[in-house]
Amino acid sequence: MSGEVVRGDGGFITTTVDSFLRWAQANSIWPLTFGLACCAIEMMNLPSGPQYDIAQWGSEAFRSSPRQADLMIVSGRLSNKMVPVIQQVYQQMPEPKWVVAMGACASSGGVFDNYAIVQGVDKVIPVDIYVPGCPPSPDAVIYAIQKLRERIRKNDPKGGLAVYG
Amino acid sequence: MALKEQQQEKKDHMILSVGPHHPATHGVLRVVLELDGETIVSAQPETGFLHTGIEKQAEQLTWQQAITVIDRMDYVSSFTNNCGYVLAVEKALGITDRIPPRATVARVILMELQRIASHLIFLGTGIFDLGGMAAIFWAFSLRDRILDIFEAVGGVRFHTSYIRIGGLAKDLPENFKEMVEEFLKLAPGRIEELRDISLENPIFKSRTKGIAKMTYEQALALGQTGHMIRTTGSDYDVRKYYPYCGYENYDFKVPVYQDGDLWSRFAIRFEEIFESLKIIRQALDNLPDGPWLIDDRKLVLPPKAEVKESMEALIHHFKLVQYGFDVPAGEVYQCIESPKGELGFYVVSDGRNKPMRVRVRPPCFYSIYSLSEILKGHMVSDLVAVIAGCDPIFGEVDR
Amino acid sequence: MADLNPHERVQQALQRVAAEVVPDLLEAFPGQVEEIPLTADRIPQVFVTPDALETVALWLKGKGFVQLVDVAGVDYWPHREPRFEVVYHFRELPNLGMIRLRVRCSEQDQVPSLSRIWGMANPAEREVYDQFGIIFKGHPNLKRILNPDDFEGHPLRRDYPIRGPRDLIKLAMPADEGRYRPFVSEPPEEGK
Repeated sequence: MSGEVVRGDGGFITTTVDSFLRWAQANSIWPLTFGLACCAIEMMNLPSGPQYDIAQWGSEAFRSSPRQADLMIVSGRLSNKMVPVIQQVYQQMPEPKWVVAMGACASSGGVFDNYAIVQGVDKVIPVDIYVPGCPPSPDAVIYAIQKLRERIRKNDPKGGLAVYG
Repeated sequence: MALKEQQQEKKDHMILSVGPHHPATHGVLRVVLELDGETIVSAQPETGFLHTGIEKQAEQLTWQQAITVIDRMDYVSSFTNNCGYVLAVEKALGITDRIPPRATVARVILMELQRIASHLIFLGTGIFDLGGMAAIFWAFSLRDRILDIFEAVGGVRFHTSYIRIGGLAKDLPENFKEMVEEFLKLAPGRIEELRDISLENPIFKSRTKGIAKMTYEQALALGQTGHMIRTTGSDYDVRKYYPYCGYENYDFKVPVYQDGDLWSRFAIRFEEIFESLKIIRQALDNLPDGPWLIDDRKLVLPPKAEVKESMEALIHHFKLVQYGFDVPAGEVYQCIESPKGELGFYVVSDGRNKPMRVRVRPPCFYSIYSLSEILKGHMVSDLVAVIAGCDPIFGEVDR
Repeated sequence: MADLNPHERVQQALQRVAAEVVPDLLEAFPGQVEEIPLTADRIPQVFVTPDALETVALWLKGKGFVQLVDVAGVDYWPHREPRFEVVYHFRELPNLGMIRLRVRCSEQDQVPSLSRIWGMANPAEREVYDQFGIIFKGHPNLKRILNPDDFEGHPLRRDYPIRGPRDLIKLAMPADEGRYRPFVSEPPEEGK
């Protein structure tokens, strides 16, 4: 919990509050179940079992309601019919929220360069971390979550005091 | 629209849309329910939220490359999709008799392992949906053992594209037999545990006995195959009726139930897993050595050592990678027993190196659209269990 | 017939269908049904004109072909006119016989719907309509099923570009033009 200054203003007390908030946010990311396709099966391995246990980092509670989640793991291919749904779900999530595009199809359309698949979820919603793979091994997703946690703790513009500022 | 007219007639019916983003619909399914209190008057599924254009994409790739997109259809059982398509193309090429026995037996072992993996997802998520939270942990942890075997064989946990036209992509690893033996020792105990917490459990029974009944005539009219029709008294299993890959040489039963309700759909899956374990045991005991690809250089890549020395091997390699091979013009229908039912491939070729049309007959598509028939008169709380019982995988429903 | 192995049983059933059912069919519907030579899977197949489809299907159902396995659409453009085909596979359960009906139609033809007889034809025909644009007469709910409701075009037609609307937009910077296309086949045909 070093007092890294995020914004120029602040001072001593607010920077430690900011780091404390970031520590809390990074250690209690609650993912939203947004499983679309094959990557969802890999994502289901994360909370279910001792091998790829994501609960060790605070993400045991996979919420199904967007109002209660802060991380949306888009796991699977986004088809044209699903675009308004993902936009609505993303808007319903409260700030601060992060998005992990899991897999090749969510990052860039994957194997499917055709009329039916949106070539990357970032054409529709802002993405923080991209995880390559088809499907990425659960270890890869865990690495992505670790990167996200590091970023939240250090310097992510959406975390910390930004929410209240 | 029909729903609006009905609504105007009976104004106290509520329309509830169980949306595509839902924790318990097993994927992206929208069901529009018309409710009279808690009773479902009509249920209309709406699919298409995962439409990927796989059939169109397969037309842009060569015959061998299309295996990769076909794998990603029914994403929990990629070996069966893989093998079905490959068998259809091999039938069109006329090389079904020349596939070496090692490849055939390996295909059977991998497909049966894949069947167990898929049934584990069905049971894990199905029992979890009904409240038995332990099931998902046990099922996924056992499924990880199978995925370890697939990783050793094909390089990735699933979507391996390991079964190729002409045999297998490369030889089985040396410790394959040991890995499968280990799994065969481990599996029966774990599956029995899963069965103990579910089938005779009073809550499970009261939530599934007598729910969503389907008669044999309804199953025929609704195009049901696989476990949906085997719970209504028919023993239709493509492995027994139209055997492929040497299934006629293995001794296994096809479990049949008569009730047609949701409980039997769960119970039959446990028995199917035990039959698959029997098949794997027999196949593993008879796994022959030898080549794993047919000997036809016009269809399969020559071994790399030869390519570096022989001119013809180099030319064959070049042509196969750049162009592929031509399949004689014609139409072929090949069906296999995927874990979900009868997976059929209607492949049309115009004599070139790319498929002209690959039509996939998706068993889950028809299961989902039978919901409108079998859900009438049930309560909303049965919806989740009935959808789970259809074993839907939306990659296949929407392709 | 436990003495035959299963492959022989299947071949025998298919030969029985070809020898008994198909000639009866040709007799019962002269001029509307035409036999086609067998292909690699040895399933007997016939061409059926669109207006005769429903009566032929009911006739087959009476003969024991109780299961409609699949309804598929195929586009033969530009190899022949009429370009579309709707392919129906029927199976005799619990026997092993199978038969394939192929209905040739063009873009303007309408094919009668079988959804009143077999409930599974309802979603299957919606899919053929969605992907090819073939209209089914008498279908209760002929809407798009796979693509979004406001989608324009019928994607699985052979002259529909693979990338869909993105291909139809001319890019100011032709990012796709200099693309490495590793698969060599004939030079691209018109419309692709």
